[in-house]
Amino acid sequence: MSKDIRLRKGADLNLVGRAEKKINEKSKSDLFAIQPDDFFALTPKLIVKEGEEISKGSPIFYDKKNPSINFVSPVSGIIRSVNRGAKRKIESIIIEDHGEREIVHDLSKDLNRENVVELLTNSGCWPFIRQRPYNIIADPKDVPKSILISCFTSAPLDVDFDFILKNNKNDFQSGINIIEKLTDSKVILTVANNSDSFFKNIKNVEIIQVSGPHPSANPSVQIQKISPINMGEKVWVIRPEDVVNIGLFFKTGVYQAQRTIALAGSSLKKPQYFKTKIGAQIKPLIKIAGLKSKSQIRCINGDVLSGSITTNDGFIGFYNNLLSIIPEGNKYRMFGWLPFVDNSILSLSRTSLSWLFSKKGFEIDTNLNGEERAIVVTGEMEKVFPMDIYPMQLLKVCMTGDIEKMEAFGIYEVVPEDFGLIDYANTSKIEAQEIISDAIELMIKEAG
Amino acid sequence: MNFLRKKLDEIKRPFIKGEKWAKFAPAINAFDTFLFVPNHTTQKGSHIRDGVDLKRTMVTVIIALLPALFYGIYNTGFQYLSQVGTDFTFMDAFIHGSFKIIPMIIVSYVVGLTIEFAFAIYRGHEVNEGYLVTGMLVPMIMPVDIPLWMVAVSVAFAVIIAKEAFGGTGMNILNPALTARAFAFFAYPTYMSGNKVWVSEASMVDGVSGETILGSLASGEQVSYSMLEMFSGSIPGSIAETSTLWILVGAFILIATGVGSWRIMTGGVLGASIMGLLFNLWGANPLMTFSWMNHLIVGGFAFGIVFMATDPVSAAQTQKGKWIYGILVGVFCIMIRVFNPAYPEGVMLAILLMNVFAPTIDHYVYNSNVIKRKKRWESAQIKTA
Repeated sequence: MSKDIRLRKGADLNLVGRAEKKINEKSKSDLFAIQPDDFFALTPKLIVKEGEEISKGSPIFYDKKNPSINFVSPVSGIIRSVNRGAKRKIESIIIEDHGEREIVHDLSKDLNRENVVELLTNSGCWPFIRQRPYNIIADPKDVPKSILISCFTSAPLDVDFDFILKNNKNDFQSGINIIEKLTDSKVILTVANNSDSFFKNIKNVEIIQVSGPHPSANPSVQIQKISPINMGEKVWVIRPEDVVNIGLFFKTGVYQAQRTIALAGSSLKKPQYFKTKIGAQIKPLIKIAGLKSKSQIRCINGDVLSGSITTNDGFIGFYNNLLSIIPEGNKYRMFGWLPFVDNSILSLSRTSLSWLFSKKGFEIDTNLNGEERAIVVTGEMEKVFPMDIYPMQLLKVCMTGDIEKMEAFGIYEVVPEDFGLIDYANTSKIEAQEIISDAIELMIKEAG
Repeated sequence: MNFLRKKLDEIKRPFIKGEKWAKFAPAINAFDTFLFVPNHTTQKGSHIRDGVDLKRTMVTVIIALLPALFYGIYNTGFQYLSQVGTDFTFMDAFIHGSFKIIPMIIVSYVVGLTIEFAFAIYRGHEVNEGYLVTGMLVPMIMPVDIPLWMVAVSVAFAVIIAKEAFGGTGMNILNPALTARAFAFFAYPTYMSGNKVWVSEASMVDGVSGETILGSLASGEQVSYSMLEMFSGSIPGSIAETSTLWILVGAFILIATGVGSWRIMTGGVLGASIMGLLFNLWGANPLMTFSWMNHLIVGGFAFGIVFMATDPVSAAQTQKGKWIYGILVGVFCIMIRVFNPAYPEGVMLAILLMNVFAPTIDHYVYNSNVIKRKKRWESAQIKTA
């Protein structure tokens, strides 16, 4: 265990509304959705039509750039609608759940790398594997430098993978045994320091312990400490529950979309865990957890720092284990900008006394707490960014769109979620994640 | 509060996008957001945001400036009344100072904010809060008897040339407040140096005069003030720079709240001390023998290093850069004081000089990161080849 990672920079935001460690398996969703926006920079090519009957595991669309990668239905049923936005962009494909039909893949072949890749891409399991740089779905033609699975979380209110997967230990191990074939080097598992999680007993992997505040669980941060990504290199990342899904697929031959979701946040009466499937409706879950008041809420697919907005009528995203529900903050505060005023609002800056209340936890809303301004304060971004990169300088070169400089300052090593805390903490309310996301899109377009 | 809010929303209606006065929205928004933190919610990126914003940061700096300002107001009265020779109380001195200094603050804010508002409307962006601090700093670093119109012209020059010409708040190379002072210093030298400008009414009333300590030293005279007087600040000088004691209180506020960089401040003190010590050891002329400790507490050094050098926009932006920048400000400050009697006080020029070089310092710090990344890539290429 000589390679332990210790991080100092960053911040743990103590919010109230953590999910109680009890898994509710009774929730029922009539509708399921596949949302192409869950996959960064993907152009979907639709295969099905509205009204068509499909089975669990039926391809719904494929990736235009990589036609071998199928995106499949998590349930059997009927395509109820295909919702399109501006320029006929597909926003979601809604599936009505009924019936028990499923597509069974033939697992009798020799499970060498070639056949494993073919099975994963055909079955719809491949999108579970994403690559760094860019955080896009991995290219099946690549062989990655390494594969990293971050088995803990550090974002506010995020889930405990050890808890939600403790009954899937064997499936996780069999998933690892498959994934291992995809790389020439070892699969790396990162676990929280001082935890006795079952992940530490997983075989055929290299285990690295990580300690430190958020974003210590972000793969980018860990990869940079273990072996940074150079231009042209690729590292693949998979979320722990998707390793289980891959393991289950190779047990049953059927695409599995198991998803254990933590419904958390200060707006909920009983924040708790739910066992459901990818793309399930959010509404039934919120109904069970109960809302504290009738005031407006924000539903977030993911954590409060880097998740994406959805609504009460929305669906669980492809890569999420967390649904955060917090109050909207569309209210005015008189003279709220004065230092040491409104200390109930969590602040990392010492111009507020909020640190006195940090043990109790904060009820946080979506108010911007100010307006966007020019970048003035320096050093605050670096404090919450534990990578060997100058975040403000990288943001500046990303804003100018200078690709060579973006490369030089480390664009290959970051993804938008790493800038979540910078979004949060910066005085000027700069939209750092958007800047990075736009920059990565530009990189994909220009540099490939 | 609700009533006020409704009233404000009513007033703001013609300023909404597409309405008649939409162009002037930044101006009305500046007043509105002064009263209320707006109801804006996050639309993209992180869904939650820190309680801190630029207004809070800038107001913290103003709070840190207040002790020095109040002492400056008192000291203005004290210097005058103690020379006139009448009995006076603390309040008498404070009132005399207030009559002198508050008009300067008003002129500085009115002129500067008018220009800022005009640019915000012209460019269609919100009014940045940066000027709240600049507007306070400008009168604090001027001699007390400078005519108000000179304050106005200096402020206008600083805001237009040093700030807006470069793109406004966050883009300027030079510290705007120091640029205003430098402008006045070179444009109206008779009002900015000599022994008739540092004490209130000195040019009007016979028998009232006062040279700054550094000024006396530069012209080869003896200094008649004790170290305690230098530290407490009951000496002639620019309005709010004399009291090291109250400036230290401000420094404490800035460091405790994390708004001011302790690296720059420590670096500056370090640089000035080392330079002062070296000159003490050399000791070739009376200026060089002036104790290094006294160098830290006389003149504008303390004020400059605490409030001016730490301006995050014009200072170096990296941690390493801040150390280098701070140390060099200190070094150059003492060097200018000792080597150049035409400029008895070196801190203004030292900071402006380092403002110019701050981006260069940062460039080399950034570049070391870039080179590291490139080397890593190169060695990876060799391995795979």
